[in-house]
Amino acid sequence: MLPDTLLRTGRIWNVEQSFLLGHLIPFRVTTAIEIRSLSRVFSGRKETLALDDINLTVEEGELFGLLGPNGAGKTTLIKILSTLLLPSNGTAHVLGHDVYSDANSIRKRINMVSGGEISGYGLLTIRENLWMFTQFYGVPRVVAKKRIDNLLDIFGLQDKADAKLRTVSTGQRQKMNIIRGFATDPELIFLDEPTLGLDVSTSIDIRNYLREWISECSSRTMMLTTHYMKEAEELCDRVAIIDRGRIVAIDTPAGLKRRVGRGSSFLIEATPFNPESIQSIPGVRAFVARPSEDHMHLRMILDDESVIADIISEIVSSGAQVTSLNKNEPTLEDAFMHLVGRGLV
Amino acid sequence: MNDWALNFKAGIARAHARAIGAMREPSWVVFDVILPLLGVAAYIYYYRALGADPIFEGFVILGGAMTAFWLNVLWGMAAQLYWEREVGNFQLFMITPMSRMALLAGMALGGLFTSSIRALSTLILGILIFQIKISVAEPLALATIFILTMLAVYGIGMMLSSLFLMYGRDAWNISNLLQEPVYLVSGFYFPIRELGLTISAVASLIPVTLGLDAMRQLLFGPASQGILPVWVEAIILAFQAAIFMILAKFSLDRMEQRSRREGRLTLRWQ
Repeated sequence: MLPDTLLRTGRIWNVEQSFLLGHLIPFRVTTAIEIRSLSRVFSGRKETLALDDINLTVEEGELFGLLGPNGAGKTTLIKILSTLLLPSNGTAHVLGHDVYSDANSIRKRINMVSGGEISGYGLLTIRENLWMFTQFYGVPRVVAKKRIDNLLDIFGLQDKADAKLRTVSTGQRQKMNIIRGFATDPELIFLDEPTLGLDVSTSIDIRNYLREWISECSSRTMMLTTHYMKEAEELCDRVAIIDRGRIVAIDTPAGLKRRVGRGSSFLIEATPFNPESIQSIPGVRAFVARPSEDHMHLRMILDDESVIADIISEIVSSGAQVTSLNKNEPTLEDAFMHLVGRGLV
Repeated sequence: MNDWALNFKAGIARAHARAIGAMREPSWVVFDVILPLLGVAAYIYYYRALGADPIFEGFVILGGAMTAFWLNVLWGMAAQLYWEREVGNFQLFMITPMSRMALLAGMALGGLFTSSIRALSTLILGILIFQIKISVAEPLALATIFILTMLAVYGIGMMLSSLFLMYGRDAWNISNLLQEPVYLVSGFYFPIRELGLTISAVASLIPVTLGLDAMRQLLFGPASQGILPVWVEAIILAFQAAIFMILAKFSLDRMEQRSRREGRLTLRWQ
């Protein structure tokens, strides 16, 4: 029998009885998110299978990333976990609570921030908007004020705190959204593309804070969706690659990169040409072509480096010139291409 | 923190945001004080031109004041969740642990505050400018009727807000549809008895009809041609308030279930 104090937390505990000590030894709280055989279908004129048989466990204290192209099902998954959507099939537990039957217990302990989110009231100041949202979670006034001031300082928004929301820039607005998510001190936060469309400096500020937040307390958990490989690579303890509603792989960024294999990632820069023929060359596992004004950049995963000779011949025979060739250490983008068979963007 | 305390804080925060937001734009003086008074003035001069009993001028002032609340219920309450979704707030409200009734109650409280300013300014300026004679013989009864009317009227607003959200863009048309006909059948500017007993009975389903009728009786006496005794109207209003609140809770729960099942209601531009 678990002690009441442990049961009340609503978390899933691994408990092992110690005959030596003669009492229960609770191990660390482990599971923040547990998903089993979860599917989600959207009906309409045409039925869409947004999530297909998802199985996933996120440990408490993890910074977990969901990486996938548009329409892969990342946002749908986050909406189910944050109680905005119901699953069509399967189960999902967040901090030990069932998303279907115990949504309000989850809501008290989580928060969510979406990139490009437009929220709050333009006539209210940033501080007033933030205060309002903390009250929806019952945060005591004094605590809310202190937390808001602290976060405004961290994000460099103190001088804009009393500006009406409608007068601030997109970046400042997104910083406010991030503060809104953290001001309620959630145990688990869902961040859906938090740096979407932001400039480099704002994105760095936000990434730094996310890193700091998760490291401050071992019981905090974060689930992050992103388009940006670098963001996932820099921040996440583990990453799930999701494509067409299915999880293709779950591993640490290093583990995912290892799957690509050394010596198989290449970057070619050439004068413009039609890259379609590259796909049919035997030994090309995946490639992404990024044309610019006067150049074509090709990122490729090959079975082995001998294939590169065939690729160069193909480029030259199409009338283009290869201007540079680089062999790279595999990146997360390479791992994504390797697993999904195409690039993220 | 227990749920009651959380919901109380959430409701107050939403009311506070609404009240300060509405007062922050100086244009509220024009829209909430001057323009309503012009509408009231038009009716008063109309009655004066016809040589009507001066008591009708009092009806107009009272109706003008109550118009503020009815407009707020239609445009500030019923259409509010729809509007919140369009501006992107609704999704954030739905992931908070507060009760959805607390959110709506907060919106109602904030709306009541801002509408009261408009109503009071119409009442006070109207009385002063047009020299309307009003005697409040039973202030307690008047306050009770006013509170019951507000509970019932804002109960309608709370109920409609989730219905409007479920039926999308038609919300604006429904608001338009309810606005003008209710002015007529609820007798905002004349005693409802003039429309006959059948229409009066049907119109009494709208709480503002009975509220206005009871307040007219309390302020202007028997000459106001009330349709029912004030105490009966008070009981009906209390009953309506309870029914609309229960229906509001029911429709909110339904709306939330549907929202989670279909996944469309929390998205903008649906």
